[in-house]
Amino acid sequence: MLPYVVKRLLLMLPTLAGVALLVFVLMRVLPGDVVELRFAGESSFASKAQLDIERRRLGLDQPLWLQFVQWIEGVVRLDFGRSMWTGGPISREIALRWELSLEVAILATTVAVLLAIPLGLLAAVRQDTWVDYAVRLFSIAGLAVPSFWLGILMILGLLVAFGWLPPIEFTPVYVSPGRNLAQLVWPALAVGYRYSAVATRMMRSAMLEVLREDYVRTARAKGLWPRLVLSRHAVRNAMLPVFTVIVLEFAFLIGGLVVTEQVFNLNGLGMLFVESIAHRDYTLTQALVLVVAVVTVLANFVADLVYAWLDPRIRYA
Amino acid sequence: MKKAHLRRWLGRASLRRTTAYVSVVAPSPPCIWTFLIGLPVSSPASTQATSRLDTMRRVSLGSSAMRRAAAAMLVPLLLGPAGARAGEEPRRGGELVFVVPSEPPSYDAHREETFGLIHPLAPFYSLLLRIDPTDPKGARIVGDVAESWTESRDHLIHTFKVRPGITFHDGQPLTARDVKASYDHIIFPPPGVASSRKGAYAAFESVSAPDDHTVVFRLRWPSAAALGLLASPWNFIYSAEKLRRDPRWYEAHVDGTGPFIFVEHVRGSHVLGRRNPRYFHSGLPYLDGFRATFVKSASAQIAAIRGGRAMIQFRGITPADRDQLQKALGAEVRFQESPWDCANWIAFNHERKPFDDRRVRRALTLAIDRYEMASALSKITIVRDVAGVQVPGTEYATPPAELETLAGYGRDVGRARAEARRLLRESGVPDAFRFTLKNRGIAHPYEPVGVYLIDQWRRIGLDVTQEIIEPAAYFSMLRGGDFEVAMDFQCGYLVEPDLDLYKFQSADLSDANYARYRDPVLDDLYRRQSRTTDKAARVRLIRAFERRLVDEEAHYLMTLQWHRIIAQRRPLHGWYITPSHYVNQQLDTVWLAE
Repeated sequence: MLPYVVKRLLLMLPTLAGVALLVFVLMRVLPGDVVELRFAGESSFASKAQLDIERRRLGLDQPLWLQFVQWIEGVVRLDFGRSMWTGGPISREIALRWELSLEVAILATTVAVLLAIPLGLLAAVRQDTWVDYAVRLFSIAGLAVPSFWLGILMILGLLVAFGWLPPIEFTPVYVSPGRNLAQLVWPALAVGYRYSAVATRMMRSAMLEVLREDYVRTARAKGLWPRLVLSRHAVRNAMLPVFTVIVLEFAFLIGGLVVTEQVFNLNGLGMLFVESIAHRDYTLTQALVLVVAVVTVLANFVADLVYAWLDPRIRYA
Repeated sequence: MKKAHLRRWLGRASLRRTTAYVSVVAPSPPCIWTFLIGLPVSSPASTQATSRLDTMRRVSLGSSAMRRAAAAMLVPLLLGPAGARAGEEPRRGGELVFVVPSEPPSYDAHREETFGLIHPLAPFYSLLLRIDPTDPKGARIVGDVAESWTESRDHLIHTFKVRPGITFHDGQPLTARDVKASYDHIIFPPPGVASSRKGAYAAFESVSAPDDHTVVFRLRWPSAAALGLLASPWNFIYSAEKLRRDPRWYEAHVDGTGPFIFVEHVRGSHVLGRRNPRYFHSGLPYLDGFRATFVKSASAQIAAIRGGRAMIQFRGITPADRDQLQKALGAEVRFQESPWDCANWIAFNHERKPFDDRRVRRALTLAIDRYEMASALSKITIVRDVAGVQVPGTEYATPPAELETLAGYGRDVGRARAEARRLLRESGVPDAFRFTLKNRGIAHPYEPVGVYLIDQWRRIGLDVTQEIIEPAAYFSMLRGGDFEVAMDFQCGYLVEPDLDLYKFQSADLSDANYARYRDPVLDDLYRRQSRTTDKAARVRLIRAFERRLVDEEAHYLMTLQWHRIIAQRRPLHGWYITPSHYVNQQLDTVWLAE
């Protein structure tokens, strides 16, 4: 197992280096720059000389290769530098939002798992009955309805029915669990529903496939109790692809809830991402892309490890 | 009759040789007029007159100045101050929660541009002068840190007396030295420090502080806008000592003399302020504190007001949002509306053919039915008034009847379009000539205005396509001149011709002249209107400037003036709308009824 783990870990490095180079170049190719946006936006008075002062201060007058080298040197020391927009340390900007994003991702994943596994299982076992149709309708609706739109409906529903709106500022769970949940449970439900739709369909199709396998037929033929056949032989094997979907979706949730965060006014990484791009905040965008890349690569790594643990054929191959 | 007479009298007084203005703090009662002009509204008139006269004796100026100052104090009484309406007895306490659609990049108002700085941070600071928070035109200037001020006969020296007993939130006393250092930081920033509005202060030669209570501004030439520039909401008064130690200190820290003390800023979330018990305007502020919550999404802002999570959003909302809130909340919400000192302009790139030909530009402005446009678009977006170069209804705005004589402003649109077609033929522009209007990717009001213009131009035989540019890339496109015709915009922090017209000077004078023309006649008109101290003469020059800009040369095409709509929950009182979303944000006069 150890050589497998080491090999997977080493493979991460070129992936992350490629991401770093790509995002650095892409940000520079985009039209617009942070100085122009900040100082020539609403004012008629910012002169070219003023803009040049700021460009010099941010090091934007230096050659691109030098900017890249300086940035990578910092990244290697885990120093992402300072935001070009706010001037604050990037690590602080990310740390501030990390807790919320992680919590929403965990809550949404919990909602998704709690919905997807039983529903997918039920639909597969009761294939082509009204139960199966109902579950399929539920999951197709989840795929068809964007989570941000569902979020808007939830907010409107709460406003119209109860004249109540979830809190618009984040309260950490250790400060007030009630207030924390009052804010985050709604986006978790909205996102978790869509997320569960994907996982439900995956669970159903994986179960249907497994239920037709010889070893399941054999287990039934030898008179094993049907529930035991399902839990011990079918579900465990069907969970492999479902687990992959769950892990990848979880990685996506860390930085990908861009619109949902806006709808619920969540101060998360998704919103920070959008703002950093809108402000052409090169350093912050580069750091965020790297963070999301690391999370995604790690999630894949974890999925690979679990696969290898569950299925020895993979690690020996 | 009395009001009109007093206004005329004040107008004459302003032409006299020496002028003086007085701003007095009376110890009680805590009413807005008390601190703005020293006039306790609820007190007997005789007492008011006595205290004011005492103050004027201290100022000790010539008789005309005295009359001017006394009249300035009486005006609000006669006109009926909005800040002390009958039945509105201010109540103390409570926390005001409001939403802010944008967040400040840093805390330094001298360098930043976004209202996202002003709304959460203005309550922590004082200004030398400020805009009277009850003036619906957002133009009347009153003292803040300045107790009184005088202007020399040649209009080149402005001397301000700084109120005694003001302290920064860290306990240090504020003196004239701090005011000087703050203005030096704005007008003459040290090397490597950016000051966004430095260009607006070209007339200012020096700032000095001969003693702890006196600040003197020396001008290179008389400037009609001098007081307006000194009343800029961006000109927070900083500590001289902190600026001396680090000119960039205020980018990351907050320490002012304003009505509220900074508590915390959680990035992406909120700014928190608590009442300053040592605030120099006695009895103010009314609130215990405030919480400015950053909410970027427009629908989330409306939901926050509707759901009671916030009392107000101070920038402005759309007519559709207003109607939605009205329907949902009924009497629980109130609205204030005003022309907005923002407008969308169409820039014709003079370096691209055929837009270098003034006949083509005139044809494009003649094609627009502005009155129909105003009627149609005001229902769906944040524009409303047909306007020239100044906010309608303000001091230097062209009256509607006179405006109709400008190209594209007439009521007979059929005739105007016939003239437009003739001009296009004459300049050799073929039928169905195609060009692209580059527009900013912001829904309100850019996109509806762009769509409407395209329809209007189609009616004179032009084939126009709209290209929406991402907001972040928009200024690069404009500044780089990569367009034929593009949507431009301008927002002012004060209705003041010097500020509003600056961008329209020749491209070698104004970096914000995206139409890239050179027009010495226009530059001369700008310079002359800026330097005259004769109001009537200034009005004439501004009219001439306007006619040349939008009619004779049609360098730019003015679309419509924006219209500001503010929704506030019923308990909120003491805040009044102005044409600018940058002023009136110190919140010292705001109070909550529940």
